Amino acid sequence: MIRFDSVTKRYPGGNEALRGLDLHIERGEMVFITGASGAGKSTFLRMIPLLERPSYGSVMIDGVNLQRLRRGRVPFLRRRVGMIFQDHRLLHDRSVFDNVALPLVIAGRQHADVGRRVRAALDKVGLLHKEKASPVTLSGGEQQRVGIARAVVTRPPVILADEPTGNLDPALSEEIMALFEQFNQVGVTTVIASHDHALIERLGHRRIHLEEGRVA
Amino acid sequence: MKLPATLHAWLEQHARAAISTLGGLRLRLASSLMTTAVIGIALALPAGFLLLVDNLEAATANQNGTPQASAFLQADLGIDQQRDIANQIQALAGVTEVEHITPEVALSEFQRRSGMQETLALLEDNPLPPVVVAQLESGLSGVDADALVKALEAIAAVEEVRLDRVWLERLDALMQLANRGSGLIALLLGLTVILVVGNTIRLDIENRRAEIEITKLIGGTDAFVRRPFLYTGMWYGLIGGSLAALLLIISVFILTGPSSRLASLYESNFEPMGPGLSGTLTLLGCGVLLGLLGAALAVGRHLAAIEPR
Repeated sequence: MIRFDSVTKRYPGGNEALRGLDLHIERGEMVFITGASGAGKSTFLRMIPLLERPSYGSVMIDGVNLQRLRRGRVPFLRRRVGMIFQDHRLLHDRSVFDNVALPLVIAGRQHADVGRRVRAALDKVGLLHKEKASPVTLSGGEQQRVGIARAVVTRPPVILADEPTGNLDPALSEEIMALFEQFNQVGVTTVIASHDHALIERLGHRRIHLEEGRVA
Repeated sequence: MKLPATLHAWLEQHARAAISTLGGLRLRLASSLMTTAVIGIALALPAGFLLLVDNLEAATANQNGTPQASAFLQADLGIDQQRDIANQIQALAGVTEVEHITPEVALSEFQRRSGMQETLALLEDNPLPPVVVAQLESGLSGVDADALVKALEAIAAVEEVRLDRVWLERLDALMQLANRGSGLIALLLGLTVILVVGNTIRLDIENRRAEIEITKLIGGTDAFVRRPFLYTGMWYGLIGGSLAALLLIISVFILTGPSSRLASLYESNFEPMGPGLSGTLTLLGCGVLLGLLGAALAVGRHLAAIEPR
């Protein structure tokens, strides 16, 4: 599903985030990416929906070489990759419902369909009763779950999460991870960058440790 | 009727953008009103000038548009001689039509129009000479017109020739100048509308940077991101255009009284025209076009620069 072949990312100024990264994640796998800050976890994740382009090497997603993807096709790649951020990246001037509905509206789903799917996604993350609330009135854990609902509402084949439990207490972190496991069980390829080693050990999925831009 | 799903989705996305941007303008009511007022005035000014020129043209159109020459004959000619001369003038090159006005007809016309019946009745005999009014070919060159005047003056019984071509030409030149001037003003103020809308949309894009980034992040196409801004520009133009049409209609309404008085002093029953349906539609169309153009300019310059982090 996700294949990196000797991918190097060099930023202007010479800083190298990835140095010849080789990595392969199978369809339907659940993988944790670990490593110290600056090891290249975020850069790796951001290359999958083409938020970054590699300086060298090739990235294949679902058999498509991203280097050959035309600019106009990038939005359609991003629709197939649900991305979850540590800082949630919600729109604060819109209700929870509208935030979760955004990917469906972008994809041009019909009105009735949107309502049904948004409620299903909110129900999944346990926030159906908050659909009219504004994101700012929610706790950090709740905002994270709105972000997750938005990422999964279109049922993408891949979910990426960058430090999804970074600011949460252990109980909430466990809840969030359980949600990801549920999505993975229905066949979604799930990639999570995290440094919550204790939790990762306990869950026991495949773990890829990055060090200085390479698989250690 | 069942529409194909993709067309339905497309229509729904456009309807959504159209309605939500209109709602957005209402949310920022004060600033939206100011922007549309600027656009409305900028559109109303050139449209008003053009309307003024149109009205002037309509007001002077009953001068028949074509130049005419009046030949005043000797007062002591008999009616048959007058007719001979009229026929003679009719035969000249450049004359399309003649009207023979006998002193009697001229007097009664004068009495009717001037309202000085009593005074004129005191006159012992008719002081007015017989007149032959010749309609000249429109577009007669200056040289030909001069030749014609000479030919008229050469007729022995003609005392005086008056050509009213000069003031018509002057009026015509004045109208052309006014038309050209209005076009120039329209061009500049149209540019103003584009810049005003462009700048407003640029600020709008700046304010909604986070939203644009997130939309692109979760797979919004450029067209999707662009759409609300283009609709906002269109609404500005449409509302501004309506405001301009309203301003014009109110102005014409205010000016109708005095202008009718002026017209009656010139013995005309001229009434000023408003923009009318086609004028209003043109105004709205121009507003929409300029609004879209301004928005497209801003979107083209600023949207591409925003990429998700």
